[in-house]
Amino acid sequence: MVRAVDHVSFGLDEGETLGLVGESGSGKTTTCLSIVGLLPRGARIVGGSVRFEGEELTRKSQRELRRIRGRRIAVILQDPMASLNPLFTIFRQVAEPAFFHQQLRGRTLRARVQHLLRAVRIPSPEWRMRDYPHQMSGGMRQRIVGAIALAGGPRLVIADEPTTNLDVTIQAQYLDLLKDIQRETGVALIFVTHNLGIVARMCDRVAVMYAGSVVEQAPVRELFNTPRHPYTRALLGAVPKLGSKDPLYAIAGQPPNLASLPTGCAFHPRCPEALPRCASETPVEVRAGHGSAARCWLVSNGLARP
Amino acid sequence: MASPVLELRGLRKHFPVGARLLGGRSAVVKAVDGVDFAIQPGETLGLIGESGCGKTTTSKLILLQEVPTAGTIAFDGRDIATLAGAELMAYRRAVQVVFQDPFSSLSPRMRVGEIIAEPLEIHTRLGAAAIRARVDAVLELVGLAPDVASLFPHEFSGGQRQRIAIARALVTDTRLIVLDEPVSALDVSVRAQIINQLEHLQRSLGVSYLFIGHDLATVAHISHRIAVMYLGKIVETAESEALCARPMHPYTRALFAAALPSHPDDPPAERTIAGEVPSALALPSGCRFHPRCPLAMPVCSEVEPALRLRDGNGAVACHLY
Repeated sequence: MVRAVDHVSFGLDEGETLGLVGESGSGKTTTCLSIVGLLPRGARIVGGSVRFEGEELTRKSQRELRRIRGRRIAVILQDPMASLNPLFTIFRQVAEPAFFHQQLRGRTLRARVQHLLRAVRIPSPEWRMRDYPHQMSGGMRQRIVGAIALAGGPRLVIADEPTTNLDVTIQAQYLDLLKDIQRETGVALIFVTHNLGIVARMCDRVAVMYAGSVVEQAPVRELFNTPRHPYTRALLGAVPKLGSKDPLYAIAGQPPNLASLPTGCAFHPRCPEALPRCASETPVEVRAGHGSAARCWLVSNGLARP
Repeated sequence: MASPVLELRGLRKHFPVGARLLGGRSAVVKAVDGVDFAIQPGETLGLIGESGCGKTTTSKLILLQEVPTAGTIAFDGRDIATLAGAELMAYRRAVQVVFQDPFSSLSPRMRVGEIIAEPLEIHTRLGAAAIRARVDAVLELVGLAPDVASLFPHEFSGGQRQRIAIARALVTDTRLIVLDEPVSALDVSVRAQIINQLEHLQRSLGVSYLFIGHDLATVAHISHRIAVMYLGKIVETAESEALCARPMHPYTRALFAAALPSHPDDPPAERTIAGEVPSALALPSGCRFHPRCPLAMPVCSEVEPALRLRDGNGAVACHLY
C-alpha cells in the first residue's frame, strides 16, 4: 500500500484562494481528487473527512457526488486537450453542465453558453462555439475548460496546474481572468501548483505539501516572510528572483518515493537542520495564530529560525 | 574583447508549407527571419521568447539539424557551411546540446556509461581504458558517482538524468552547449541544483552556453546577456542586468509584466498584453509586434524597425527609440 496522502488538513472560505504547493509526487493531485471523489480505481480514502458547505463528502455515493461535481465543485486540469473531447463542438461541451444540472434547453442554453464564453474572453462566441477544440489555441482551450468549470455556477473551483502548458504572457492573461471571475462570483479557489510565483500572485493562504503531508500552512505573506519549515525555506530559496544573480539555495537529493518513505519526518534525509529525533519520530503539527501550522520538530522545540 | 565562439549573421530559415497539388499557392513559415548574435568564450547568452518564436529552430540551425535559407553561422570566425571532413567533425565535437526532457533524450536501452562514451567512440580513437577514465571524470564533474555508469536511465530521477545529459554534452572538448529549456521539466528544488551545477561548470571549464528558455527569472539568473525573440526576429538584446533594470522593447516589457512575483508584496505588473502570438504563416506587416503592442504608432504597421543601439548597451528594434 502506498500512502499517497497522509496528514492533510486545510480549510478555505468563500472567495478565498488556497495554494496547494509541492513537487511532483507530493500528493497535491491525489488530495484534489479525494475532495471530489475521483480517485483512480484501487485508491481509497482510509481516514479523515472532507466537508463542503457543511456536508460530509467522503460518505456520499458516486450518484450523490455527481450532483455536486460540475455544479458546486468544478475541476480544471493541466492539459486542456485531455479535458476536451476532440469529437464534440465547443458548444456541446460547454453546454453539458447547464443541460444536465440546470435543465436549460434551446435558445436559453445557447445564450448561456455564449455568456460563459464571453466571460472567459472568447472573441465572437456565437461563431467560435461551433468550432472544435483543435481549431483553438492552447490559451483559448484552457479558457474553454474554464467556461465549462463555471457553467454550473460552482462555489469551489479546483485548478490543478492550469497554466503549466501556457506561454508566460498567456499565463498572465489566464491568471488575471481567474481573479476577475473570482471577484465577480465569490467562488473559492484551490490552486494546485509547483510555482511559488503563482502562489505569490494569486493566493490568500498556502499549504505546502511534501511526500503526501502538508508540512506547513499559513497566510501567504506570513509564509513568504517567515517560513518555518526547512522545506518551505528551501523552496523559497530555490527560485531565481528577477534581477538577482545570487546563487540559488539548492537542497541535495530529490523528493522520496512514496512507496518507501523515510522513517520519522519524510524530509529528514534532505534537511540541513535535522535533529536526531527527526529520523525516528514523525513530527506533530504545531499551530500558531492566523491558521498557520507547521509539522517539524524544530518548530515543536522552539528551535526554528524566525 | 576576445573573438566570439559562435556568431550568427542574418540567419534565416523559411519552411514552405502546404501542397501545391491543385495549383494553390504554397505558404512560407519564416521561423527564423534575420537573426544576429554572437556568443563569447565562457559566456552565457539567454534566448527568450514564447512558443513559436523560433528559438528551437535557431538551435537546430546551430546544431546542423537544419540548413539555413540565408545567412551564416561562424564558429571561431569560420562559416560552418564551408566546413567538411575533419573540420566538420571538430565542429560537431565542440558544439553540444542538452534537451528539455531527460526522459526522452537518453536511450532507455543503453547504460549510462555507454551513453556518455558514445561521442568519444565516434569522435576519438581513445582505447577502452581511456574512455572509461574520461567517463568517470565527467560523471564526477556533474556530481554523480562513477559507479552509476553501469546503470540504465530509468534508474534515475529527472534531475539525475539531466546531469547525465550534461555529462554527455561535456565529454568531448566542448566549447559551446546549447541548453534548450534544460530545467523546465524539473522540480523546483532540483532545478536550483542543475542551475548551480551549470554555473559551476562554466566557471571551471570556461564553456559557453546558449540558454534557451521562456522563464524570465531563470534566464536572467544564468545569462550574462539576453536576446529576446519574437516571431523569428530578435527584438531586443542587452546585458542581463541592464535588461532587467530597464527593458525597452514593449514586448520585453510585456514579458516582464507577465513574469510572476517572487513575493506577494511585489508591486503588481503594469499591465498584461492582450492577444496571442499571431500565426507565423501570416506575419503582420511592419513591426511584427504591432497588433499586440499597447504603444503602437501608425508607422509601426508600415515600416519594420531595425535593431538600433540602446542606452548603455545592447540593441532594440522599435520605432519608439
